[in-house]
Amino acid sequence: MPKRTDLHKIMVIGSGPIVIGQACEFDYSGTQACKALRREGFQVALVNSNPATIMTDPEFADRTYIEPLTPASVLAICERERPDALLPTLGGQTALNVAVALAESGDLDRLGITLIGASLEAIHRAEDRSGFKDAMLKAGLDVPRAGTATTVDEALALGDSIGYPLIVRASFTMGGGGSGFAANRQELATLAARGLEVSPVSEILVEESIAGWKEFELEVMRDADDNGVIVCSIENVDPMGVHTGDSITVAPQQTLTDREYQQMRDAALQVLRVIGVETGGSNVQFAVDPATGRQVLIEMNPRVSRSSALASKATGFPIAKIAALLAVGYRLDEIVNDITGETPASFEPTLDYVVVKVPRFAFEKFSEADPRLTSTMKSVGEVMAIGRTFKEALGKAWRGIEKTGFDLGGEDVSGQWPVGTEDLLATLAIATEERLHLVERALHAGHGVDDVAAAARIDPWFIEQIAEVVDEAAVTRGRPLSTLTARELWHAKRAGLSDARLAVLTGATEASVRRHRDALGVAPVFKTVDTCAGEFPARTPYHFSTYEEEDEVAPAVRPRVVILGAGPNRIGQGIEFDYACVHAAYALEQAGFESVMVNSNPETVSTDYDTSSRLYFEPLSPEDALAVCRAEQPVGVIAQLGGQTPLRLARILSEEGFHVLGTSPDAIDLAEDRGKFAEILAELEILAPPHGEARTIEEAREVARRIGYPVVVRPSYVLGGRAMEIVYDDEELETFVRTAAAASPDHPVLVDRFLEGAIEVDVDAVADATGDVFVGGVMEHIEEAGVHSGDSSCQIPPATLSDEELDTIEDITRTLARRLGVVGLLNLQLAVKDERIWVIEANPRASRTVPFVSKVIGVSLARVATWVLTGRTLAELAAEGALPVDPHHYRHLSHTSVKAAVLPFGRFPGVDTVLGPEMKSTGEVMGVDADSGMALAKAMVAAGHALPTGGTVFVSVANRDKRAIVFPVKRLADLGFRLVATGGTAGVLQRAGIAVERVAKMSEGPDNVGEMIRGGRIDLVINTPFGRGPRTDGYFIRTAAASAGVPCVTTLPGVFAAVRGIEALLGPPTEPRSIQEYHAEAMAEPMQGRLTFDQAAATTIAGEPRA
Amino acid sequence: MVLTDPSPVRRPLRGPDAVLVLEDGSAFHGTGFGAEGESFGEAVFNTGMAGYQEVLTDPSYAEQIVAMTSPHQGNYGMNHEDPESVSIQVAGFAVREASRRASSWRSESTLAEALSRAAVTGIEGIDTRRLTRLLRERGSMRAVVSTVDLVPQSLTERVRAMPGMAGADLAARVSSASVYEARDLVGPATTDLGRVFRIAAYDFGMKRTILRRLAASGIEATVFPAHTPSAEIASGGYDGVFLSNGPGDPAATTYGIDATRTLLGKVPVFGICLGHQLLGLALGGRTYKMPFGHRGVNQPVKNLQTGAVEITSHNHGFAVDPLGWERGADGTVLSDRGRVALTHWNLNDGTLEGLRCLDVPAFSVQYHPEAAPGPHDSRYLFDEFRRLMAGGPGTGP
Ligand SMILES: Nc1ncnc2c1ncn2[C@@H]1O[C@H](COP(=O)(O)OP(=O)(O)O)[C@@H](O)[C@H]1O
Ligand SMILES: Nc1ncnc2c1ncn2[C@@H]1O[C@H](COP(=O)(O)OP(=O)(O)O)[C@@H](O)[C@H]1O
Ligand SMILES: [Mg+2]
Ligand SMILES: [Mg+2]
Repeated sequence: MPKRTDLHKIMVIGSGPIVIGQACEFDYSGTQACKALRREGFQVALVNSNPATIMTDPEFADRTYIEPLTPASVLAICERERPDALLPTLGGQTALNVAVALAESGDLDRLGITLIGASLEAIHRAEDRSGFKDAMLKAGLDVPRAGTATTVDEALALGDSIGYPLIVRASFTMGGGGSGFAANRQELATLAARGLEVSPVSEILVEESIAGWKEFELEVMRDADDNGVIVCSIENVDPMGVHTGDSITVAPQQTLTDREYQQMRDAALQVLRVIGVETGGSNVQFAVDPATGRQVLIEMNPRVSRSSALASKATGFPIAKIAALLAVGYRLDEIVNDITGETPASFEPTLDYVVVKVPRFAFEKFSEADPRLTSTMKSVGEVMAIGRTFKEALGKAWRGIEKTGFDLGGEDVSGQWPVGTEDLLATLAIATEERLHLVERALHAGHGVDDVAAAARIDPWFIEQIAEVVDEAAVTRGRPLSTLTARELWHAKRAGLSDARLAVLTGATEASVRRHRDALGVAPVFKTVDTCAGEFPARTPYHFSTYEEEDEVAPAVRPRVVILGAGPNRIGQGIEFDYACVHAAYALEQAGFESVMVNSNPETVSTDYDTSSRLYFEPLSPEDALAVCRAEQPVGVIAQLGGQTPLRLARILSEEGFHVLGTSPDAIDLAEDRGKFAEILAELEILAPPHGEARTIEEAREVARRIGYPVVVRPSYVLGGRAMEIVYDDEELETFVRTAAAASPDHPVLVDRFLEGAIEVDVDAVADATGDVFVGGVMEHIEEAGVHSGDSSCQIPPATLSDEELDTIEDITRTLARRLGVVGLLNLQLAVKDERIWVIEANPRASRTVPFVSKVIGVSLARVATWVLTGRTLAELAAEGALPVDPHHYRHLSHTSVKAAVLPFGRFPGVDTVLGPEMKSTGEVMGVDADSGMALAKAMVAAGHALPTGGTVFVSVANRDKRAIVFPVKRLADLGFRLVATGGTAGVLQRAGIAVERVAKMSEGPDNVGEMIRGGRIDLVINTPFGRGPRTDGYFIRTAAASAGVPCVTTLPGVFAAVRGIEALLGPPTEPRSIQEYHAEAMAEPMQGRLTFDQAAATTIAGEPRA
Repeated sequence: MVLTDPSPVRRPLRGPDAVLVLEDGSAFHGTGFGAEGESFGEAVFNTGMAGYQEVLTDPSYAEQIVAMTSPHQGNYGMNHEDPESVSIQVAGFAVREASRRASSWRSESTLAEALSRAAVTGIEGIDTRRLTRLLRERGSMRAVVSTVDLVPQSLTERVRAMPGMAGADLAARVSSASVYEARDLVGPATTDLGRVFRIAAYDFGMKRTILRRLAASGIEATVFPAHTPSAEIASGGYDGVFLSNGPGDPAATTYGIDATRTLLGKVPVFGICLGHQLLGLALGGRTYKMPFGHRGVNQPVKNLQTGAVEITSHNHGFAVDPLGWERGADGTVLSDRGRVALTHWNLNDGTLEGLRCLDVPAFSVQYHPEAAPGPHDSRYLFDEFRRLMAGGPGTGP
């Protein structure tokens, strides 16, 4: 049956900020869905709080709301938009839970809105863990023994009857939220309490543990005629007990016979029928007992998931797009497979390659966090690699993960294995991010494949593959590079050994390995991902490299520009950079070039095969990026949009004769090398914090003495404030210089004077080759300098900066752009203190705030930058209406936009929530409103810190903040809040005439503030840190608040902002508005429409390659 | 423990040099596994990702060198439960990588060991995607896999000297030499469904899972050699006749066509794959050799009777030509045995995948509803055979 004609307007819900367990895969799926629905003629209204997404670009929906994803806020939008249908299955668990709330409250019925994609009943049957089990048992499917509990006592009773070890799993959660293993009653009691709290319906499943079994996932699509297909099978290398999101996985499954696989396939289709998923995609998880083959069902998600994104990228089958089309009535056989252009979507993709996914973790950012991998997801991103064999794909994934040493298989740079006395087999029994490296080391040390497999509980087939890599490495180890024959190198490369690893094995450099390979003609070829293993000709230019015979990439017609992507998401480099890369692809296309995307992150829009003209799914390592450039012979390479990752490749590509567009590698060095940069600032008479460089602890002490404490120490060449700290004395200095040196060993440690109490400012600008500069926006941070710009909130227009200050900031930006030789994007961070403006750093590349600024001002900075990179001038672009007429557009907006960060502390129990110069956030949200207080409140609500409008506030602040805290706390009291405080703070408040109750600190014995927080008796915590270290009272207060989910403000400006937000929430509600409306209102004269590109001129790019 | 010594190489990483050569002279250099020697056959590719043991033992692959498009083969080894016939049937096996280790609780030997025992030569390490694309563009070709003669030129000449698949009668060669009862191989038919039907099954290269599926539908089969005269069957008082899958050119399998023609109308008939082609020919239709055939487990087939799309398992290089007959206004074929509905179609390329006689009790499908390997979407066809024999509603005349 074709598409439904009773629907006209469809509302799509996004997934909100990037958090652990829910990342940019939902931007990918939402973008696909919006595109597909609009192409079908539907009007689309979209709501998502995440400004860094492509889907929230104004062109992807008719009305785009950047508003919090709470039932109340989405309801207000529904009231305004009156859509015919709500599609909640493409926005992760967040969208699903909002939709359930609105359906259950009766609001959808009242407004005549149909739920499409999944019915309320189906969602309940799947997400309610006990209902799911019952339905499965009834359908004759096997599940682990379990029961559900709604109280801790019920859980303990279940524990007694099922027996230990057990796993606790919470209903309506994702990413293993609220789950964990219990070996005894005591552990169960703790876990049960946490799980009940995390589950939105206060329900947990207490289940027999089958940790160590094999784990599988099937991605299934089903239409309303009961046609079902399995899009992809995924096998976890790590066994049950390690969350799928944290497991190394492989597609297609490798170790089941057809008989077992078909049994699983039957069960998966049966699950969809029983649950009632009729129009869309779902994923179904299974466990298999490796001793007997018994198969049990673990769970199913009646929506597009993280694994669906992986499955889409792994197979070329666009799950989200097809799910959207099924939701509006199409049948699978009515949809064409884009890749072949002739066969229908009602088939099962078959792979003639192997896909490996490796998660990326951020434990180095959370030193107190437990690095063991469990049923609760902890990874912050993932890399996918395609090879013709598992070994090749695994080798690529290690390169793509971009962590020092990961592509060396654990072997250290001196070519030695770290010699330890520990029992390797016992160590690798514990799942950690390095486990496969330990496997390699154990095999190298002579342990047998079976022993290693048994210890790690990993299928021996995978261990055997790693053993083959070890054996292949052994062929080259210790041999002079020049003695390696073409055949030996060929086999080494086919086993996935990187040039860097071969360099270590042969005692050579990576560059000389490459030259030796070149001389012997050992080079990769490129194959195509075609969904059909070559059975039909493929139309889609989606490629990967492999060491084989035939290269099948068709020569391009138009001149090509390579865009180097950002690789896996990590803290400090996330979806914002993918956003810029995607815009570059669109901009190049408009300008007449073929865009060639290189990226390794399966969650992204950039790795969708229809984003760019050609997609190379490859790691962003020197050897892989170079291979793509050699194959494509581009007229230029864009290295400034994917964050720090491609910036590191700029020099080598330029040395190999490729034209790095825009800011040259030398200019990049000028900005990145803090020493050189400081000289430039001095030369231009721009203020910078006094600073010095140190390679030893003695030097560091000397510098600190010269510039005076407090100081900031940091390594050069890092992103996200890695290993950066504020240091108050010599003793702290010593410790921190050590960590900084470990994070970036080749570079000196930098010591800067810490500007205490300064206002921090971010600027995003585009400079062209004539030296003209367009300042997109100046953002004023809410938190003071010292909180990493990625973690602090900021707003446009700036809240307190004067026009003179803004003028000066813009002048500095222009001067620096010209002096550094920036062509393209420039991000500047500054601090304003005592009416003086200091430059903290300059990043000659896209920044985290580019999407935010773009969305606020209605101009895509990344697109403008891309056109500039292809030789256009800003003057031309302005004349064609691509830039706002008002040069100070960002200052004169009638609405306020606030960006707020989202932090993962809930995932890492015991990690201090204090913000500092090391970035810890995973994502961001935006609040926008005509009223600036409301914009702040929306940003906080969207970030998950729902501000209370009544109740009890606990206050405990550092001495230096005691005076300043009086005013906002007085305001809270006036607004009707009850106040409690610890001794010192209470005294200050009482003396100011504020009624406050005194409460004991955690260290002051029982009935203390910790118990109040845990008992749900506190609605807001205000705690600014005093004294460092993990065992202070402040630490306990903050971690208690984090685990109880109570909003906790840790900075003074944050307190002021919170109070303004609360005031706004207590005032009259404001009407939500779409960004299209905001943009139209802000721009007296609309900009779009007059852009002209001379397509014929798109043959070369001005400027010479730096050969 | 000393950790600095390089570990000994665990086992040879690669076998002896080997080469695969096609009749057009294309050569693929790799290494051998399984038996050393030379194997000649028709090179074809299979796109299934799992199920190599069923493929290797499927008699329809007789005299073919099968290239698997999925790179890793042999991962879960070989066991005694999954074979589709008594032994490995392929002439040669070409893969990107043959697993040195078999990992499964059911595994009893490695792939290489099984090929060695069957004296079949395998080649690994070749660019199987290049091979697949070549076969897709130029059609299936005669080929050789060799670990002995490694010179492409001489091998090409010898390949060109061998006969092709067109016109080849191979069914008799793989068929059982004597009559046997299916129950001796797969156990008795289920009695859960009521009456047990007794059928005669022509073995043109019968897959065991067909017998299992028949038994699961309450059908007990006596299996007859390919050349069994139809009179012997007709006099046996069977409830139905089954025409099995098998290798070779259906048009050359004249004894099968003749037997089908005689039995048609006398007793309900169900055919699979070669059996389907024989039914088509017996109905006066014609068959043709496809450029590179269908071999895999992901082909979408639409059943026009229900509108459902089935994901199906395929292994055929010939097909029944839907243009081989006069067609009525409603699309039904007008054969000398009455009207025939063309019921199943391949959604990928429009190949005819199934037919049903409307005036005599007979139907057939080109694909493999027994799967093995492949999805179980079409198992219902065995129950349909049962209904046809029971003379139930919707079963023909
Ligand atoms: N009964 C069990 N025994 C051992 N591990 C389990 C069990 N059930 C689930 N797990 C592990 O916990 C992980 C998370 O469980 P799952 O139900 O998939 O949660 P989520 O909804 O967060 O994906 C799984 O990937 C699996 O590794
Ligand atoms: N001299 C300084 N005085 C005050 N705060 C600083 C100073 N230097 C850096 N910071 C703070 O540290 C954060 C991170 O520093 P930055 O140089 O931007 O590192 P990154 O390269 O990781 O972004 C800044 O956002 C700012 O809040
Ligand atoms: Mg899961
Ligand atoms: Mg910074």
